[in-house]
Amino acid sequence: MNVMMLLEMAADGLGERIAVGSRDEGLTYRQLFDQAGEAAARFRAVPGERVVLCDESSPAVPVALFGAAWAGMPYVPLNYRLPDDDLRTLAERSAPGIAIGDEAGTARLRGVEGLTAVTRDHFITDRAGDANAVEPGDWSMDPEEIAVLLYTSGTTGAPKSAVLRHRHLVSYILGSVEFMGADEDEATIVSVPPYHVAGVSAMLSSIYAGRRIVQLPKFDADDWIDLVEREGVTHAMVVPTMLARIVEALDARGGEPLLGVRALSYGGGKMPLPVIERALELFPITSFVNAYGLTETSSTISLLGPDDHRIAQYSEDPDEKRRLASVGRTLPGVEVSIRDDHGHELPVGAVGEICVRGEQVSGEYLEKGSLLDDEGWFATRDGGFVDEAGYLFVQGRNDDVIIRGGENLSPGEIEDVLLTHPAVRDAAAIGVPDSEWGERIVAVVVARPGTCDEAELRDLVHDRLRSSRVPAHVVFVDELPYNDTGKLLRRVLRENHAHLGDDPSD
Amino acid sequence: MVELKPGARFQSTVCTTEIIVVKGTGDADLTCGGAPMVAAGTGERSGEPAEGAADGTLLGKRYSDADDTIEVLATKAGDGSLALGGTPMTVAQAKTLPASD
Repeated sequence: MNVMMLLEMAADGLGERIAVGSRDEGLTYRQLFDQAGEAAARFRAVPGERVVLCDESSPAVPVALFGAAWAGMPYVPLNYRLPDDDLRTLAERSAPGIAIGDEAGTARLRGVEGLTAVTRDHFITDRAGDANAVEPGDWSMDPEEIAVLLYTSGTTGAPKSAVLRHRHLVSYILGSVEFMGADEDEATIVSVPPYHVAGVSAMLSSIYAGRRIVQLPKFDADDWIDLVEREGVTHAMVVPTMLARIVEALDARGGEPLLGVRALSYGGGKMPLPVIERALELFPITSFVNAYGLTETSSTISLLGPDDHRIAQYSEDPDEKRRLASVGRTLPGVEVSIRDDHGHELPVGAVGEICVRGEQVSGEYLEKGSLLDDEGWFATRDGGFVDEAGYLFVQGRNDDVIIRGGENLSPGEIEDVLLTHPAVRDAAAIGVPDSEWGERIVAVVVARPGTCDEAELRDLVHDRLRSSRVPAHVVFVDELPYNDTGKLLRRVLRENHAHLGDDPSD
Repeated sequence: MVELKPGARFQSTVCTTEIIVVKGTGDADLTCGGAPMVAAGTGERSGEPAEGAADGTLLGKRYSDADDTIEVLATKAGDGSLALGGTPMTVAQAKTLPASD
């Protein structure tokens, strides 16, 4: 197995359709295939073992991804938003190999030992006689070879390299995408960066489905809306912060719905209910999908489909309504088990650690090896539960759990309650040191000015949850810190609000 | 007889068809165009699909047996049609999962 098999099938079946870019000037599937072959020849000619990408979204992304697969070298996209020192540390860990990027990206990697930096323009347009340098279809079909290495965001330590082998990615695509399942007029807008797992899976699934890829290099809500209209975009995947900004921008434009978007998928973090509820109104005929997945699982493992969204939007049944906050049901071929601290499976409805198993689940890091247990289960470190109908609810990272008086409190549970207040736009619950309880709860809230106060929000939590969940402090801020892929930076919040605690070790 | 396991790839000896096994394990009498399939990359093409086994195999379609114990995906199209133990395999129903990335 090799992800190149997917592109070869698309080139055979869809040759002249546009794969990436605008309707007039984009690359066809056949051209993308040829470019990947030329890139493979070039990669093989350079001493080294890996293909590093330090670039925003551009056609160089799929060319590098597939070219690396053809050449038999892992593809390693780097987070170009990192400060220079951090970026170069990751580049050094990725060497030896060839690095592709824009002018700025390659300049930042200059001098990294063992890395040959080539600019994207040079790489894509310079076709000097390389076309015959590779045999058609001479890529390895060894399913164990590494296709992609993705550095984790390292919010809790040094970034680790998650390993995705060809068998993981091909299994994911064959298990979840129908070949040529897209209509000829369909186009998907990719606004997540290439170093995010969704930036990889978007390339693979769109190409296999035959859906044209339109890339937005730097996310901006107005640019996103303009590009959607200009390019006739029918499909989109966004992280929650992006959707929040799109909703605001559409409202600022007068609240006209975007009717051309047929399917909108979101994931990568917790979606505030007010945002999704407003989005359902602004995209009245759009199919919404909430996808849950991890880097270590080759992207999506569970999804809440379009029907579930509309049922939840109109239902009076609290169980159905509540499912709007779930990530739906697992993909065929993926199993979920909720486990307690000792690894024992918990019954329906009980909160524990989400564990997953399936062909697409890698659970492996270069530095640590495979973390799968003897039976193939991967412990995600996400907490959650499954309801009676099989809907999975994710309640945040286990690392984020607040431990107060020996009791494990889920920040998500408290945040969900805070977000039901009509004036609250965003909320985070964190633990800060407390000499008596171990940790005390601080709620950090974004609210419309002058519309609610601390006592009101504490009462709200008190009414809905047990008294141990009531925040000791409520802090109002202008916005919460997110990274560019929509992950809430709880570590930053804990640092910023540590003064509200009283650490006995001080 | 060939040994099936997920990820194993086979090619027709009488047309351009190639497949990859998606589901199923064990020995199987897998034919294309009436002739036994061989491991991909190991066989030469000769002859034509037999009469009655020449309806063709479509690129990207999944084919399964009647019990749905074995499923293969056509990675290259061809003129021969697939059969398991002499019984034609049929096109499996398309997936209806919504796009998520």
